[in-house]
Amino acid sequence: MNVIVMFIQQAIVQAITMLFGATGEIITEKSGNLNLGVPGIMYIGGISGLMGAFFYEKGSPSPSVAVGVFVSLLCCLAASALAGLLFTFLTVTLRANQNVVGLALTTFGTGFGNFFGGSISKLAGGVGQITVKTTASGFQARIPGLSNIPVIGTVLFGYGFLSYTAILLAIVCTYILKRTRVGLQLTAVGEDPATADAAGINVGRYKYAATVLGSMMAGLGGLYFIMEYLGGTWGNNGFGDRGWLAVALVILALWTPTHAIWGSILFGALYILYIYIPGLSRAAQELFRMAPYVVTIIVLVATSKRNRPEDQPPKSLGLSYFREDR
Amino acid sequence: MSEAGEKQQKTKTTIHLIRRAKVTRLYAWLIRLAAAFLGLLVCGIVIYGITGENPIDVFGGIFLGTFGSSRRLWVTVRETVTLLVIAVGLIPAFKMRFWNLGAEGQILVGGAVTAAVMIYLGPLLQDWLLWILAFVGAMIAGAVWGFIPAYFKAKFGTNESLFTLMMNYVAMQIVTFCVVLWENPKGSNHVGVINQGTKEGWLPSILGQEYLIDVILAAAVTAFVFWYLGRTKQGYELSVVGGSTNTARYAGISVGRVIVRTVVISGAICGLAGCMIVAGASHTISTSTGGGRGFTAIIVAWMSQFNPWAMALVSGFLCFMQQGSVQIASSYGLNENASDIITGILLFFLIGCEFFVRYRLEVTKVPIEEEGENR
Repeated sequence: MNVIVMFIQQAIVQAITMLFGATGEIITEKSGNLNLGVPGIMYIGGISGLMGAFFYEKGSPSPSVAVGVFVSLLCCLAASALAGLLFTFLTVTLRANQNVVGLALTTFGTGFGNFFGGSISKLAGGVGQITVKTTASGFQARIPGLSNIPVIGTVLFGYGFLSYTAILLAIVCTYILKRTRVGLQLTAVGEDPATADAAGINVGRYKYAATVLGSMMAGLGGLYFIMEYLGGTWGNNGFGDRGWLAVALVILALWTPTHAIWGSILFGALYILYIYIPGLSRAAQELFRMAPYVVTIIVLVATSKRNRPEDQPPKSLGLSYFREDR
Repeated sequence: MSEAGEKQQKTKTTIHLIRRAKVTRLYAWLIRLAAAFLGLLVCGIVIYGITGENPIDVFGGIFLGTFGSSRRLWVTVRETVTLLVIAVGLIPAFKMRFWNLGAEGQILVGGAVTAAVMIYLGPLLQDWLLWILAFVGAMIAGAVWGFIPAYFKAKFGTNESLFTLMMNYVAMQIVTFCVVLWENPKGSNHVGVINQGTKEGWLPSILGQEYLIDVILAAAVTAFVFWYLGRTKQGYELSVVGGSTNTARYAGISVGRVIVRTVVISGAICGLAGCMIVAGASHTISTSTGGGRGFTAIIVAWMSQFNPWAMALVSGFLCFMQQGSVQIASSYGLNENASDIITGILLFFLIGCEFFVRYRLEVTKVPIEEEGENR
């Protein structure tokens, strides 16, 4: 029993980074932009939040938790918004290819994160690993009382505030996408920008807004990982392949953020399943970690085979829209 | 309007995009050169911001890092031609408008097969047989990695960019699995240099140069691909499919077959690159055997617009900067990821500048109409 509770709790802990990334990427892809820079943006968001908190804690004689959390959130959101803006500027305004820009952004972001994560404390004149204990404690704070209830407390309330933000964000985004005019117009832009343009929708503005917002969410995923999961420190290449899993999750969720909630928990579970299966050799464990990708491929093939219109990627996904090219 | 005309007509400045009717080659290269220069300038500022050193000295260091010794020069050449092979391998697929983002995985499986040949057959067979087996095995492995997404693309229209992307990580896990299997010494989680003492299966030195074989292979592969694309019926078919699948179908081309065939060739070449890396350069295998080259090559192939010389130039430039920044990072005690930042910045400039090759901006003053128009 205890093992199962632990397993579910750990799966959800793993899930949140991917959920943030996937929700953001769904919003982005709904506008027709395939942002393959998500892994890089997670690095950028994570390290910026960490650096913000680091300099605050270093500069202030008695750093407070609330200010530290605020500063790191602000830095993370600002930096990831800038990264998203760079992507949109290059793909929408300068009409560059989205795959190419996205991959370049991932190269840049990964390097940016690993570089500053590895050397910021040295550049600031300190030694050793960068840590922001005070700020991280704010991210890791649980709801007092509720989280002490056995089983339910662990499974439902054993997380910091960003976890609940991620789930709420997924629900709100689904509502906006399916039920509001803004969401429907965004979908129209992603399906057929020329028609949307003709209907008087400002295609460029929607693409900009959706991609920048999506990047900010991906950045939050990075911040969650650094602050709550790692406890306010930096692990080189620590994100592993979570960024790409977030991109994969978009497919599994069939472009609906609420599906990404259970999808991310499934991915999280698959990600750590190998620890809980007794008697696996180390080599077999590695094969087990393939599972999330294999599941994604199966879903991708199955949806393209069934060919239900509501399950398909946005029609103009990955294509830039030039009004005069029509 | 008339009132405004009497006093002083109010105007606003607007920027128009105008597609260039004709782009001369010289002009296009001048713009790219300017972009590269601007990129280097920004890199210089970033370097100055981080190290506080004079950027000119730092660039001097980069230069020494790549050309400082004959050994370093050859490493840069090796990296360049490896990247070139991958980029060339991607071209048939790209020309068909098939986004093969799976080069990284195709390199890894090719590398894994090569390592397997070296480990298991190294003590048993002659070197020349090992090379042939490694080449063929790596190409088959890469081809299989390309075949799977291509088959589903041809059959169900499955989105290939997402599929090939996922295949990268399946390959990565397979390599991790192999690393555990072959680790040496046990428990180290590293394969170590394979056949270090005997050099069995290592690609040979030619004329005393360890990496000349890479250059020869790269030249051969490049020549083959451009012959295939430009001079064969199959090459023509795939460019028709890339232009329009409907036209291709109307002309009696079996689109599905062309897709599968082309991506299999593309994957095989990337697999061969994996063999070159493992048997010719690193003599080991790990998940970083690809080292992001599979992704960088996509950018190289796309930026060079199918021109082999441009491809060699762009690969050379990127490898030069990468090798140089690794050198810089180690001499200033920074970590080597600085090279990814530098590469990223340069890529943004080079990608962005293509816009200015194709379009020009015209700033004009237009009269503002006081009412009516709200756009």
